[in-house]
Amino acid sequence: MSVNRKIGADAIMAKGWLGAHKWLLLRRVTQLGILSLFLLGPLAGIWIVKGNLAYSLTLNTLPLTDPYVLLQSLLAGHVPEKLALIGVVIVIGFYALAGGRAYCAWVCPVNMVTDSAAWLRHRFGIKSGARFSRSTRYWILAMTLILALATGTIAWEMINPVSMLHRGLIFGLGTAWAIILAVFLFDLFVSPDGWCGHLCPVGAFYSLIGKTSLVRVNALQRAACNDCMDCFVICPEPQVIKPALKGAAKGIGPLITSANCTNCGRCIDVCSKDVFGFVLRFNNKAENSAPQGKAAALGNRS
Amino acid sequence: MAANTNSQSRRQFLLDMAKTACGVGMFGLGLGLYANQARALPPTAIRPPGALPEHDFQGACIRCGMCVRDCPYHILELARPEDDLATGTPYFMARKIPCEMCEDIPCIKACPTGALDHKLTDINKAKMGLAALVDQETCLNFLGLRCDVCYRVCPVIDKAITLERSHNVRTNKHTMFLPTVHSEHCTGCGKCEKSCVLEVAAIKVFPVRLAKGELGKHYRLGWEEKKKAGESLVAPEIEHQYNLPEGFKYEQGPGLSGEAVPPAATQPGVPQALHGDKL
Repeated sequence: MSVNRKIGADAIMAKGWLGAHKWLLLRRVTQLGILSLFLLGPLAGIWIVKGNLAYSLTLNTLPLTDPYVLLQSLLAGHVPEKLALIGVVIVIGFYALAGGRAYCAWVCPVNMVTDSAAWLRHRFGIKSGARFSRSTRYWILAMTLILALATGTIAWEMINPVSMLHRGLIFGLGTAWAIILAVFLFDLFVSPDGWCGHLCPVGAFYSLIGKTSLVRVNALQRAACNDCMDCFVICPEPQVIKPALKGAAKGIGPLITSANCTNCGRCIDVCSKDVFGFVLRFNNKAENSAPQGKAAALGNRS
Repeated sequence: MAANTNSQSRRQFLLDMAKTACGVGMFGLGLGLYANQARALPPTAIRPPGALPEHDFQGACIRCGMCVRDCPYHILELARPEDDLATGTPYFMARKIPCEMCEDIPCIKACPTGALDHKLTDINKAKMGLAALVDQETCLNFLGLRCDVCYRVCPVIDKAITLERSHNVRTNKHTMFLPTVHSEHCTGCGKCEKSCVLEVAAIKVFPVRLAKGELGKHYRLGWEEKKKAGESLVAPEIEHQYNLPEGFKYEQGPGLSGEAVPPAATQPGVPQALHGDKL
């Protein structure tokens, strides 16, 4: 694997450009679509969605509340009104089914910032990087909750780049651009997948919501894997792939069970052998239709 | 050997944990101190009606901007990171654009958390801030002119702002009409500050904690106590002795007799200070 080899080149050969970018395109359409729904009000006066990702009201009837910010508010000692509570039940219910960190890949506006940084990293072969534990985000998550409890204010919201960017795009950015730029540069030069994959407590919180989520990626055809490593390189959380893809010998099922899989579907896109696919979590069986190769010879014990 | 590697990796694990915990702890401390600093509302920023006390507000407001959206006059903004108050929280600047005091208070209805208290249903009971005439040196009415603008624009005219009459010592023949704020009725909407005709407003709206004094808890006002008791509490009440030169008498000066001046006859619907008589 040379530095210059383009990730997903084989997949483009096998499936065509569109086929190798299907989920990426769907994700961008969703991200931008959600953002446009929020922007349609202030920019065009068409009020379909009001508010921002902390709380929004769609068509004046559907409330959606961010459970993380509401939990901090609760810890700070405030019990919210009914609408916020209804909204939080809906949101938790949705992500508990669709995959907690689907929020990160499909909704969060920072995803496009850090994805660009990751893309540039690959493009220019930037290998530098401070490596630190991916569990740092859970420490930060705990810290923000303790801080809410100790100070009685939602302290994390003072600097949260996620809400700052989304709120900024809708209500006026101010100097929030500098904080977003900092996140971008941090991911580009300091640490690969640094923000979303290591630090962000919002993603950490959503990963907990989706710990047993229904929609999952499954390495169904893992027997067909030709070890090109593209999925590991493109994946923002590559540690989640290994057990599912390479666990056949240990009797581990092909379902990606880690709560930190963002359901972004990039592994599905870049795989020329169509190893991966979205399934419901009950489906933890590999398929046996793979061509008889080295990987298949290992057998599927699950 | 195996035990050795085990203890080594355990040591490494504990060290890594300590490293992360300390790093995150330092970060948390910084953030906590920053949040603490931002807890005081800057004097020029006013929260929407019904906002909980500032400290509670920062725990209750989730920065969604629903109040901003439902304000029909677009007076509210969400604080940006460079602003002086907690990022993302709603506020308005009276001098820029004041609160119109909608009767149905849509901003409160829009608030999903109750950071704007849903129990406030009468906008006249709002306490967004308190107006204070901070500069008597430039206030035109204090200079003896009849500007009166703050008084006239006040939505709670004659209650929140009254014009108190006083002798104009400079001309020695005119009356001064001094705008006087009464905290009991002032909602802090900011209309007076907005409309003050000066380059820099002489009357400004501040958070109540900045604009309002507070009597000592043990203070008793003699005249109030007397009214409550229905009689003088110093018995027997001594008649005041005047040491006037012989042949002089106090004939005028109702203020000295203790009797209140009978109020000027009021016409319904006309603000008191605009009555023509006695001016």
